[in-house]
Amino acid sequence: MRPDRTPLTLLLIGAAILAVGPFAPQWTLFLLTVALAKGLVVLGLMMLLRCGLVSFGQALYYCLGAYAAGMLGRLYEVSGVFTLMLAGMATSAFVAFVLGFLLARYRSIFFGLLSLAISMILYGLLVKTEALGSSDGFNVLPSTLFGWRPADEWVRYSVLAVAAGVAVIAALAVHRYLGTPLGRLAPAIKDNEIRVEYMGASARQAVHVKYVIAAALAGLGGALAATTVGHIDPEMAYWTTSGEFIFITILAGTGSVIAPFLGALIFGIIQTVAFDISPNTWQMVLGASLLAVIVFLPRGLWSLFRRRKAA
Amino acid sequence: MDQLVAVLIDGIIYSAWLFVAAVGLTLIYGVMKIVNVTHGSFYALGAYAAASITGWALAQGMPPSLSYPVLLGSALLVTLVVAPLIERGILRFMYVKDEVVILLITYALFLILEDAIKLVWGVNPYFIAEPYGLLGSFDVMDLTYPYYNLILVGVAIVCGVGLFWMLGHTRAGKLLVAVIHDTEVSRAMGINVERMYLFTFTFGSLLAAIGGAFTAPTVSVVPGLGIEVIVLSFAVVVIGGLGSLPGAALGAVMVGLVRSATIHYLPQVELFVIYLVMAMVLAFRPRGLFSIAEARKI
Repeated sequence: MRPDRTPLTLLLIGAAILAVGPFAPQWTLFLLTVALAKGLVVLGLMMLLRCGLVSFGQALYYCLGAYAAGMLGRLYEVSGVFTLMLAGMATSAFVAFVLGFLLARYRSIFFGLLSLAISMILYGLLVKTEALGSSDGFNVLPSTLFGWRPADEWVRYSVLAVAAGVAVIAALAVHRYLGTPLGRLAPAIKDNEIRVEYMGASARQAVHVKYVIAAALAGLGGALAATTVGHIDPEMAYWTTSGEFIFITILAGTGSVIAPFLGALIFGIIQTVAFDISPNTWQMVLGASLLAVIVFLPRGLWSLFRRRKAA
Repeated sequence: MDQLVAVLIDGIIYSAWLFVAAVGLTLIYGVMKIVNVTHGSFYALGAYAAASITGWALAQGMPPSLSYPVLLGSALLVTLVVAPLIERGILRFMYVKDEVVILLITYALFLILEDAIKLVWGVNPYFIAEPYGLLGSFDVMDLTYPYYNLILVGVAIVCGVGLFWMLGHTRAGKLLVAVIHDTEVSRAMGINVERMYLFTFTFGSLLAAIGGAFTAPTVSVVPGLGIEVIVLSFAVVVIGGLGSLPGAALGAVMVGLVRSATIHYLPQVELFVIYLVMAMVLAFRPRGLFSIAEARKI
């Protein structure tokens, strides 16, 4: 059996980001941080996709995490970046725990549609809530690191450093989880749920656990995005945001916990470059790449690495 | 009392719009088992084609009363060009894939079409107010309604009744029902399922385009027009049951009335109520109100 190189690779990537960060231009730091935040959401979606579930409403938890972080700052002037992330994570995980009792019974298209409906409920609520800025949203306070506020030119780098640390820890944890008996149930649930039940495992419970973890990751990503971008609005819960996350999940593939972050980075680059070159056709480029990946790389970009190893 | 009448009238008009916008989606799902995100693109395409062609024809001196057939004709034209292209060019190679994967493919196509529309028509809004203003308006109690809204209700009724008649009383319709029921047996009995798919996709998309074309005179036609229509039509057909025609009608009426009631009595919850209804229906009847029980496959 090949030794598991994922943890080492993850730590090396994390260290590389920290080392190169101070010398990279500011906009790349921003791009990278947003990619890490989205990668966290996609990491959760990947776990669900491994059991064959596609959530068209993951933006619900992304938005919840962001609003939880934003409101802590707005109402209580909390600005500690770790407190905000913890709040985002806890809020999303709690909501997912409650909704999970219902959603864990759904499969295939119905799971997707029900999660879509629930995320649109949040969107509808936020758009009409004037206290939270309706459809304009509101600005998030600049965050601090245990009460310390970095100098202006170091803000982007410190947020990136925090994001990289959190992402590496999250990826390691999920990697660990995928190796446990509960984690290994995912492909079995995708293949044949009834056989899973005959073996004595509860598919519903396994899906519920994965759903809560996925939501926690999305909430974490949302809180991170809120601190990075400095502004949040209800659009974060709209179905197009969920579509974007699924897009990245498919682009990345389910082969490894590194794939979601790579996918999110590539998505960010395609978006930035295509938008720069021709602002009116960037969606077309995205659509065409999604189509190409589905047709030619059904297991996502990560399968490119796999094939080389096997050869 | 006045308000109740207003709620009813607004609700009926909105339901009619929803039905036309959504019924094609349920037809396509029933026959092809595709949850078709490009439905919103066809709605937008219909609106753009109608606004630009009708606007051009009016500028050439066409009498305004002719604009209604031109609206319909533009929807037909644009669908007959784009829908077969998508079905024959891309979708037909994908039918072997999973339902969810096909949904993602139509999502990719939606992204592509969204920009294609901008390339063809630009990003500036189009207005055609003539067909809307031409008919004048009528009063119910103290409220004024344009007659144009009745056209929308008429279109909805014609579409609904026409579909029922077609499915139950024509050869093509009966073959289609057979395909809906069991694709493989239909194929074994000699039905050309490929042609049925092409026909269904084009026809379903045409209904969306008609919805867009007849809405065009009442709004300004801008990029992103189809995005909201997608989730709204999802809500309508999911409430009624994916693939069920009476379900789509019921879903449209439910959503229409609920929305107009909330707009009149409690405008803060307007958007959220529609999706709440959708979530509640899915929670209690996952396959929608008009659904047939399906055996669990082993």
